[in-house]
Order: sequence, then C-alpha cells, then structure tokens
Amino acid sequence: MAYVAIADQDEPLHDPQSFIEKYIWSQDHKVIAIQYGITAIGVGLVALVLSGLMRLQLGFPDQFSFIDPSSYYQFITMHGMIMVIYLLTALFLGGFGNYLIPLMLGTRDMVFPYMNMLSFWAYFLSVIILLASFFVPAGPTGAGWTLYPPQAILPGTPGVDWGIILMLASLAVFIVAFTMGGLNYITTALQARCRGMTLMRMPLSVWGIISATVLGLLAFPALLVSAIMMLLDKLIGTSFFMPALINLGETLEYNGGSPVLFQHLFWFFGHPEVYIVALPAFGIVSDLLSTHARKNIFGYRMMVWAIVAIGGLSFVVWAHHMYVSGMHPYFGFFFATTTLIIAVPTAIKVYNWVLTLWRGNIRLTTPMLFAIGFIFTFINGGLTGLFLGNVTVDLPLSDTYFVVAHFHMVMGVSPILVLFGAIYHWYPKMTGRLMDETLGKWHFWITFVGAYSVYYPMHYLGFLGLPRRYYAMGGAEFMPESAQSLNAGISVAALTLGVAQLIFLYNAIVSLKKGKPAGHNPWEATTLEWQTPDTPPHHGNWGDKLPVVHRWAYDYSVPGVEQDYIPQNVPRGENEQSGQT
Amino acid sequence: MANDATTADQTPAFGEGTGWSGVVGDWSSDKQTFGVPWGKAMMWIFLLSDTFIFSCFLVSYMKVRMSTAIAWPNPSEVFGLTVFGVDVPLLLIAIMTFVLISSSGTMAMAVNFGYRRDKKKTVALMLATAAFGATFVGMQAFEWTKLIQDGVRPWSNPFGAPQFGSAFFMITGFHGLHVSAGVIYLVVVANRVRNGFYDKKGNYDMVEISGLYWHFVDLVWVFIFAFFYLW
Repeated sequence: MAYVAIADQDEPLHDPQSFIEKYIWSQDHKVIAIQYGITAIGVGLVALVLSGLMRLQLGFPDQFSFIDPSSYYQFITMHGMIMVIYLLTALFLGGFGNYLIPLMLGTRDMVFPYMNMLSFWAYFLSVIILLASFFVPAGPTGAGWTLYPPQAILPGTPGVDWGIILMLASLAVFIVAFTMGGLNYITTALQARCRGMTLMRMPLSVWGIISATVLGLLAFPALLVSAIMMLLDKLIGTSFFMPALINLGETLEYNGGSPVLFQHLFWFFGHPEVYIVALPAFGIVSDLLSTHARKNIFGYRMMVWAIVAIGGLSFVVWAHHMYVSGMHPYFGFFFATTTLIIAVPTAIKVYNWVLTLWRGNIRLTTPMLFAIGFIFTFINGGLTGLFLGNVTVDLPLSDTYFVVAHFHMVMGVSPILVLFGAIYHWYPKMTGRLMDETLGKWHFWITFVGAYSVYYPMHYLGFLGLPRRYYAMGGAEFMPESAQSLNAGISVAALTLGVAQLIFLYNAIVSLKKGKPAGHNPWEATTLEWQTPDTPPHHGNWGDKLPVVHRWAYDYSVPGVEQDYIPQNVPRGENEQSGQT
Repeated sequence: MANDATTADQTPAFGEGTGWSGVVGDWSSDKQTFGVPWGKAMMWIFLLSDTFIFSCFLVSYMKVRMSTAIAWPNPSEVFGLTVFGVDVPLLLIAIMTFVLISSSGTMAMAVNFGYRRDKKKTVALMLATAAFGATFVGMQAFEWTKLIQDGVRPWSNPFGAPQFGSAFFMITGFHGLHVSAGVIYLVVVANRVRNGFYDKKGNYDMVEISGLYWHFVDLVWVFIFAFFYLW
C-alpha cells in the first residue's frame, strides 16, 4: 500500500475498491479534478448557449419572439455569473489546481483528500442550486451579474421571487466549496512538496494556481458577507443595502441602508476575482510557451514576483469599477494610480513571454497555438484596461460596449484560450491518448479569429456610446444604421464561434478511444507530472518511491547536453555547462 | 518508503541557518515552508480567511451605522440589566466576555497538558473549555430573548436605527454559530483524546489545532465587544 512519505503524516492512502469509491465518491485528486472539469465545462456550455441567445436578440432585434426583455436580462446575468465563477474559477482551481499541484510537486495526493472530495460535492450542489433557478416560477434573477441592490431584490427585476434567493444561496455554497478546496491547494503546495522541490523550483503553473487560491480565500469572504446581508434584506426585511425608497408608486419599508456598501463589498471580491481567473492562466501559459518553444522561461524569478505583486495589488484597486458611482476625486486619483501600477508587473510578464519565444525552437502544436493566441488577446484586453483605469476616460466609456469588449478580451477570451491550450496539453496525461492535431488546429483558428471578429468591433460600438445590457436600442438617434449592421455581423461571428466549439467536444470525446497513444511524455516536457511511472497516473501517483527533484522546471536545450530537455528528477550531469538550480 | 534524501542537491533544508538566513532558508527549503503539521498550517490559513469574513461584517456594520438617517441607540442603555432595582450597564455582556476569555485560559492549559501526554487533565480542561463556550452561547440566547422582548427585531428597533437590530443579530449570530461549532469540535476532539485515538496516531496536534480555532473565536469576540458594545 502506498504511504504518504512525510515524517509526521505516515498515514496509508485511502485505497478505493468499488466503482463508486473510485469514480463517484473518490478521494483521488485526479478523479476530483476531472469531476470538477466535466461539471464546469457542462455548466459553461449552458452559459455559451445563453450568450448565443443574447446575440440573436442583439443582432436581429424583434425576430425571435421567445426572447423578451426579462429573459434577455436573465440570460445576461446567468451568462456572466456562470462564466466567471462556475466555469473559469472552478475549472482553473478545482480542475487544473487539483490535477496539477500534487503531480507537479511530487506528492501522492492533496494533504486532506476527504475534504477535497467534499469540496467537489459542495461545488456540484452549488451548480445544482444555480441551475434550479431556471425552473422556478419567474425564472432566474435578471439583476446583472453584479447583483446591485436595490434593484436586484425589488419587484420589476426578473426573478425577484426565487431567482435571486437561489443565486445568493448558490454563491454561498460555492464559497464553502472553494474554501475547502483552496485550503488543500495551499497547504499541499506549502507543506508537502517532494524532496528537492523548493518554492523557487516550482513550475509557474503552480505559482499561478496557488496565488490565485490565496486571492480567493481573502476575496470570497466579501462576497459571502454581501450575499448573507442581501439575503437578509430580501427575506426578513433588514435594510443593509436598502435606502428609503418608493417603488412602483409605493413607499417601501426599507430605510437607511447603503447601496454603495454592496458595491464596495462586491468589488472587493470582484476585482481579485479577475486575477483569480488570470493568475492561473499566466502560470499555465508560461509552462506551455516554455515547453513548446524548447526554451527556458525568460526571467523565472521575475515571473514569480510579478504574479505575487499582481495578486497583492489586486486588493487595492477595486473602486475603479465604481468611478460612476460617485466618489471623492482623491479616491479616484488613488484607485486610478494603483490600477495603472498593475500594468508594470503585467507588462513584465508579457515581455518575458515574448522573450521566451525569441529564438526558441518553436513547435507549433495546438497547445502552443493557443498559448501564442493568448498573448495577442491579452495584450489587446490589457491595453484597453489602461484606458478604463483612468477616471476621465472611464466616465464616458463606462457601461458601453467598450467595457464589454475590454473584459471579454482580458478575462473571457484570454483565460479560455489558455484553458483550451491546457486541455490539449494535459489531455494525454489524463487519458493516455493525444487529441487530434488537425481538428485542434481548426478549433484554434476558428476560435481565435472568431473571438477577434466578435470583440474587436465592440470597441467601436463603445466609442459610439452604445450602452451595454440594453435589450434593444430602439430608435436611439446617436446610433447610426451601420452600428446595427455591425451588431448583426458580430452575432453571426459569435454564433459561428459558439457552434465551432463542437469541434473541440467531438475531438475530446473521440480521442478518448481513438486518439494516438501518447506515451508517458509526448511533449518532451521537464516537469514532474510527465515523469510518473504510469500514464494516466495510478492512485498514489508515484508507485513505490516519491520522486526527488534536482533542478528547476525549465531545463530545455541546455548547452552541452544532447537531449533538448532534462526532466526535473534527473541528477545533474557532468557535461552540463549551464542551467539553473 | 523513506525518500532518498542522499541524492538531492544542496538545497537549504528546513531549520538550517540562524537569523535572517534561517528565515530565508526555511521559506525556500524543499518539502515544507513552515515547520508545523499540515493540519495546523491549514487551520492558520483558514483563520486568515475567516478574519476577512468578520472584518467585512464589522466594516459593513460601521458603514450602515454611518449611513442610517435615524440616531443610533445608546448601547449601555439597551444592554443594561436591572439587578435588585439597580441599573447596571453592560452587566451581562461583561460576564459573557469574562466567561469566554476564561475559556481561552483553560484551552491554553489543555494544550499544555496535551504536549505532556496527560490524557486526563487534557480531557478535563477541554471539556471545561467547551462548558464555558456553551455557557457563553446560553447567555447569548438569554440576551437575544431579552432584546426581542424589548421589541428589538432585525428589521426594526424601538430605540432608534433599525440597522442596530439587523447588525446586532447578524454579527453576534454569526459569532455564536462559530462558538457553537467550536463547542462541538472541542467535545469531539476531547473524546478522541479520551479513547486514545491520538495515542494511536502518535501526536496530539489536534488539541492544539482546535485550540487555535478557539482562541480565534475569542479574539473575534473582543473586537465585536469593542465595536458593538463600547462604541
């Protein structure tokens, strides 16, 4: 029986026997990771369909009788919330975090596997609660993903009876799930690494994932607290967020609350949330670029410190989402300054990615294409972020399609491209078979070009002043005829893009049985997860002996060594002329 | 099953070096960053996260206290008790605070005896801690009852701003849930000390870990007490 080889925790691994213990109530981090992944992708498909419905209405107004203003707002809300939290957060941290941390750091499992299992099932429950809101009277909430009170809990907003309650409850359960998982990820990475694996030898994927987890553990509390308070406002009539107001000609019981308080709490969570999604993408893309360019990552230490600095700064910029809520000019000045400072570590990362590619022996595999695509979309979305970070530029652009284009580029398209790259990259480790390269390349080009044709024009719509979240523009005078045809074009591109994802699903399912056998290290990568004795790795990961690490994760094309990569668990050879410890 | 330590390169090992080089050595060593068991590290990280929850609650309380248009009630009147015809402000809450802080003392002693493997005293002191905690929750229930009889509700309040009731019930309720959970946690751990579970496991870490949680819950109470009752 495999043992966890750490002096103070000599406990036998839980050894599952039956099918249910192996695949349903599994405590194996790899199975939990795949459970997380499949659930997240499943619920993400729902959000994808919702975005298609929204584009139908925007591109071809009044053509589809089944989309009325209420359902449009419900689609917007659910699309945003699912994509940000239930897909991206869950897939990066619950999915890849679970899969990669123990394998990359040479441990047998997470430190507390039972709690890890609970984490997944609580997440699953939160997804069920969220999806249940489609089936309650009046449907899910239509308050927008930001759920701003007072409107979120007042009559007139769709789903005010049940939808909003289920949404808040689901978020609370999600946060519990995330906390149980997140504690495991951090403790595993800090306390259970294998012999030789120092913090500064960890692959950047792990750095990105655990930094994002720290952000999550400190940011989700604000969301939990605001969810509890809004539930109390809605259910028993407290007035935390509700000022005295008149709704539909009626004076309400509420009195003396502060709607801006909710905005502060929400964005104190909301802004770090952007980096909860972005930091794992930064980390994973660094590993993809380095592996497929056969070159060490440029400036490893800088990359680590940039991740940590971005994570820290993300807690002092939240009010840049609230410039239009009104604030003292000095606060605007402060938050604009901190926001723009984030551009420095971020730019360091981008330069380092590009310099990693410089004179590398680039293999244009599917994961590499997605990784390079990420650099493009991320620079694009990052630059528009500099516009919006300035108060004076933000005010006219706020709540226009420019903002929609910005955040979709920077935290929608970019992390999703990394996720696709990561799935193509680690699929052979999870299943033992490669995904089809030809289909993968088709998938990449359609997704990449499609994403640009959807979001690039939106910047221009934003300059025109086209407001976001509107069901229909009606006869708005400022909106020229051409803007409507642009909108129609965007819709065609978006629907094509959505349907094209079927290529990916087809590829993933068919390759499971028919893919080319991968061998244990198809990409000739150095990191530990490719050095497991079995592919896919068995329960316990490492057979009898834990690996011992002798070098950092990026020894590619080391001068004086014939093979162009040296795995982390290979001892230092005599011919090695350089390479980093 | 021992790992091959011999072949690893000269990476700084945990606990080598003194002063700042020791700190750097610890942080950058392989295998572990902090010289503590897994459960203890995890509890510390959880408490950090929980701190943010309570901070958000308390900051929100301060914000609604500023934003409300109706005057805030005087806490020493609302929380006063009449004992033998004498009005004593904050009497009950003073006793509650005393009880909870005493429980931290018994907990610290329990941890001490846990290290000495003195099973009997560890169990007794942990149960005493749990009893103090239960007393605290009981007195809190009494306090809630009294306030509710006085007409204070989460949505309204005869003494002034309705947010007083909302914030009070929410924050003390959330803290009370923490204490109740802690009582159950302590009883479970004490029982495992008693039946030799930790002797078989080889360490009494769980006693200290549950102690960390308990001290944290006490510390949070000090802040709630200061911000809610004394302000």
